[in-house]
Amino acid sequence: MQTKKIINDGNRAVDEMLEGILAAHPRHLKSVDGSPRSIIARDGPRLGKVGLVIGGGSGHEPSFLGFVGKGLADAAAIGNVFASPPPDPILECAKAVSGGAGVLFMYGNYAGDVMNFDMAAEMAAMDDIEVRTVLSTDDVASAPLGDRHKRRGVAGNFFIFKAAGAACDRMLSFDECERIAGKANDHTFTMGVALSPCSLPQTRRPNFEIGSDEMEIGMGIHGEPGIAREKLKTADEITDEMLDRILDEMAPTRGDKVAVLVNSLGSTPLMELYIMNRRVKQRLDDIGVSIHASWVGNYCTSLEMAGASLTLHRLDGELQTMLDHPCDCAMFRAG
Amino acid sequence: MTTIDTARLVAMFAAIATAMSADRDRLCALDGVIGDADHGIAMELGFSAARDAVAALDAGATDPTTLLNTAAKSFLNAVGASSGPLYATAFMRGAAAVKGKTTLDDADVVALFQAMAKGIQDRGKSVSGEKTMIDAWAPAAHAAGEALASGKGLAGSLEAAGQAAKAGAEATKAMVATKGRASRLGERSLGHMDPGAASAVTVIEAMRIALTS
Repeated sequence: MQTKKIINDGNRAVDEMLEGILAAHPRHLKSVDGSPRSIIARDGPRLGKVGLVIGGGSGHEPSFLGFVGKGLADAAAIGNVFASPPPDPILECAKAVSGGAGVLFMYGNYAGDVMNFDMAAEMAAMDDIEVRTVLSTDDVASAPLGDRHKRRGVAGNFFIFKAAGAACDRMLSFDECERIAGKANDHTFTMGVALSPCSLPQTRRPNFEIGSDEMEIGMGIHGEPGIAREKLKTADEITDEMLDRILDEMAPTRGDKVAVLVNSLGSTPLMELYIMNRRVKQRLDDIGVSIHASWVGNYCTSLEMAGASLTLHRLDGELQTMLDHPCDCAMFRAG
Repeated sequence: MTTIDTARLVAMFAAIATAMSADRDRLCALDGVIGDADHGIAMELGFSAARDAVAALDAGATDPTTLLNTAAKSFLNAVGASSGPLYATAFMRGAAAVKGKTTLDDADVVALFQAMAKGIQDRGKSVSGEKTMIDAWAPAAHAAGEALASGKGLAGSLEAAGQAAKAGAEATKAMVATKGRASRLGERSLGHMDPGAASAVTVIEAMRIALTS
């Protein structure tokens, strides 16, 4: 049986969405002439500033283009649903936002994204634009800590891009922007849980099977299988299970400061996210870790998947400054 | 000795696109088990774009190299994903392997075929046994070369390639993925055929039929 979606044509879904986004946010966003899948910030890119290009597959809205704007990313390259953009729109983004100080490519660590962004970086070099890449690898469930570089990038992108965008907006050097981006990644840990599948607009078939009383801990944001299939538990038990893994790795000490992101994978409502967030606060209070800021809502979704992810971003003075730096994007504002 | 001209290559891309549309849902289902369920969509989209782009060329005034480069670029820009760079590199390397030729003989086609496999391997930085499309492409390229060397001609060479690709794809069921999206699954990828290897079999079969029938 096909899933129900409000679409016209599955093959046109991404482009029609982009038309709608540009119609809704003309003050923040525009596309590059002749390259409709290259979305750039109206305010932000400027001479002498390191350009920040993010991107990835569609279906994760508001990631990635919702985080394009002054103080955060300068541009986002848009792929098909769950598929990396090809090199051309990425290259057009780099050209559009290059201010002569270098361009940073930041995206989640997936084989397809790496190949396409690397090809775009090679093409940019031929146009005398120096590109450096910082991959996000925040998904604790996707590889052991010793193999952190093999991990996927998921909702923690939010904090990692935020730190890098702030560094770029503060006109720091290319080296400094790259260093801060990498450090933000090292300080970010995410765990996800999925309750029910999503379906691609082109197939309208559930992309995995899961029992009506089951959940999958550690599932990826494209429905990649996780680390354990279990009976559905209570919100506190689920939050504990995710938090235990994160805290194990982050190893905070009393007095540490973190930022928290409780993110819906698509159809899980705010009510459930806030119930989880209540538990996060209790647990962090218990171990003397203070919460500098929290975000609860849809930040990195997986179409209509039910489930949530929990991200902790461990702050030091520098990362707190970057987090508090103002930004004004189509779908996110801070400071 | 077969002679393959540009028009025949145009027909080959049409045949691959048709085969990929027919195979789309099976490939998505295979990908749903160990990946993100979009592989069939990407392959259908890519080969449809390649088919349309090469059909728009003036076949009489286009050499195989230009045709293959056109296919590569259109595939890449339609798809992105992993299959985009991998198949685009395959066709660009194939294009380089037959540079300067106006028509292709048996050895040219096998050289093109082997260059495609090498391109996929280089772009994906993958070796055999990692549960990827290279587990179908590498043995297929090897088998085609051996068959040609033993005097089998194009039909026999591509026949051998098809058989080797099928066996290679089948063998991925017993492999633990160490490259690509499924590599995060570890042991849980065991028992399932790699969707990239499965689609490689479909591509190779469609090429064989289009170039030898």
